[in-house]
Amino acid sequence: MTMMKKLLTSAVASALMVGGAQAEITDNTVKIGYLADMSGTYRDLAGPNGLKALEMAIADFGGKVKGAKIEVVSADDRNSPDVASSTVRRWLENDKVDMVSGLVASSVTIAATKILEENDKLGLVSGSAASSITNEHCTPNHIHYVYDTYALSIGTPTAIVQEGGKSWYILTADYAFGHAMEADVTRVVEANGGEIVGSIRHPFPTPDFSSFILQAQASGADVIALANAGADTTNAITTASEFGVTQAGQTIAGLVVFLSDVHALGTQAAQGLQLTTGWYWDMNDETREWSDRFLKETGARPTMVHAGIYSSAMQYFKAVEATNSDDAQTVRKYMMENPINDMFAKNGRIREDGRMVHDMYLAQVKTPEESKDEWDLYKIVRTIPADEAFRPLSESKCKLVAGK
Amino acid sequence: MSMILGVPVAVLSGQLLIGIINGAFYALLSLGLAVIFGLLKIINFAHGAMYMLGAMATVIMFDMLGLNYWVALFVAPVLVGVFGMLIEYFLLRRISGQDHIYSLLLTFGAALMIQGVLTNIYGVSGLRYAMPDAFKGGMNLGFMFLPYYRAWVIAIALVVCFGTWFMIEKTKLGAYLRAGTEDAQLMQGFGINVPLLVSLTYGFGVMLAAFAGVLAAPIYSVTPVMGSHILIVVFAVVVIGGMGSIAGAIVTGILMGIIEGLTKTFYPPASSAVIFLVMVVVLMFRPTGLFGKEA
Repeated sequence: MTMMKKLLTSAVASALMVGGAQAEITDNTVKIGYLADMSGTYRDLAGPNGLKALEMAIADFGGKVKGAKIEVVSADDRNSPDVASSTVRRWLENDKVDMVSGLVASSVTIAATKILEENDKLGLVSGSAASSITNEHCTPNHIHYVYDTYALSIGTPTAIVQEGGKSWYILTADYAFGHAMEADVTRVVEANGGEIVGSIRHPFPTPDFSSFILQAQASGADVIALANAGADTTNAITTASEFGVTQAGQTIAGLVVFLSDVHALGTQAAQGLQLTTGWYWDMNDETREWSDRFLKETGARPTMVHAGIYSSAMQYFKAVEATNSDDAQTVRKYMMENPINDMFAKNGRIREDGRMVHDMYLAQVKTPEESKDEWDLYKIVRTIPADEAFRPLSESKCKLVAGK
Repeated sequence: MSMILGVPVAVLSGQLLIGIINGAFYALLSLGLAVIFGLLKIINFAHGAMYMLGAMATVIMFDMLGLNYWVALFVAPVLVGVFGMLIEYFLLRRISGQDHIYSLLLTFGAALMIQGVLTNIYGVSGLRYAMPDAFKGGMNLGFMFLPYYRAWVIAIALVVCFGTWFMIEKTKLGAYLRAGTEDAQLMQGFGINVPLLVSLTYGFGVMLAAFAGVLAAPIYSVTPVMGSHILIVVFAVVVIGGMGSIAGAIVTGILMGIIEGLTKTFYPPASSAVIFLVMVVVLMFRPTGLFGKEA
């Protein structure tokens, strides 16, 4: 009889849930798709080592959530939105993927999250820069975790203008991301009383920057800002150092700089460079402990994107465990309700537009004398509080924000 | 300050000089391509990969063996040249006499494989290579600051380009080479080892690319993908100059460097397209290129 009662109650309980979230893990498997640039320009900031970070998270969680096995599939998006769309579609239809992790080039992310929205699955975006991902391109099916162009433009330009760098010359990568970055920087510089004296839109990618550096040098501006990324940024910095830009008193401001870029440049060429980052491996015991493990696995120190992939996956598994569900909306709701406190972020919280807000950091590249080893690269100069770092909801164009 | 089209003369002179420096790289690279195509009729799509291998070898030899820049300047091109000869001996030889498209596809595939393997090992962020001490700093020319290293690039590139032209067009060895590719059977009848000549020619063309790679190592980011970016531009330069014309490749290389440099001053967004625009115009009026012989 008690048996019958139990059955009945559970039947009623399940009936009540119809229309709501299913409180179960489908196929008894939690399947993660890792989508990133595995071979191109953005390989080193996420790429194969990002997959390692994801696997570390799965191992740390014991390989299972509530008895359901965690599995991973991965693919190279080749920085192409088309490849990304077809891959994600295939994953959702054939592989029963529940969550997509990685997501690097902004164009790839915008394409992939659209498919996720159509199929109501979840995307945890760790690599992308464009702030539009949680603004005009926001969906109820993704979370933007690590950083964005808005946060980057708040950090470095504000600090440099306040230190007296009033006149700015901007070298902009001539595509959507570069234009967005240029606009964000212009706004911040002018709001702080600085002035833009000139800018150049250079082709993407540009192997030789000497011509542009020469023009920036001739402008006499206090600051030469680089609204580009990856190899363009490292090439521009190397050339600036060769042409004696910093020795002549001009400051170089890198706007999107990853640890992998600075490592490639070395402290000799990059010393003194100011940059904004969402995380750095050598901040405290927790970050060091995790980074040591990462170093052992991969032979490299993690970038903020690697740390974000690990952290977001852990938060996801916790949410699946707590809700006993892999339904996108149930999991996202739980993640929004529970602040993030781990080695990546303290009191990080996910807003309704999908933006994870957390403290950002203004860092400066160490001099060769200060740097103890090849990965000892940053000094954290200032913490940018979460409230200042990201675009306030009052300025949001996201359809999910109340009143929009 | 006097101005030309709204640009100060001083800035313009600087841009011209920068254009010549970049042109020197184009000249070296397109020269190798022209040698390989002109003499062997092979469309060498692995040329960018060979340039990259030259730069990578420079960095790796320094990191692992402590060999400095001057050693690399000789050793890296030789190593890459030998590697090229192996490709010629084991792969290209098997398809000689076939349509151009076969050599194009084969070398393109080889390039992708070389690039993929190295990307897997070294990543794409770039390897560090410090400027050799002898070239640190630069001189103030009044209109611009010229790093010593860039001056060296122009000088050595011109010497190598002229030397190559002289060897192929004016010496006995060059005459053998040209004759061997015109009529291999006849040359063989004269007791010349034509297959060896072919291997050596391919190796030499590849060496020129690797040499440009060594020159690039201290100033550009050294990555496994660096060759793929420059390859297409260099092909355009060769087409403008006239496929297979040695002197054409050199002159056009420098000319295109200058045109690109000026575009970077007057209208930067067009700078990556301007060489292709020139190519279209040249092909419309002179289908064999500026220096090409009429077919």
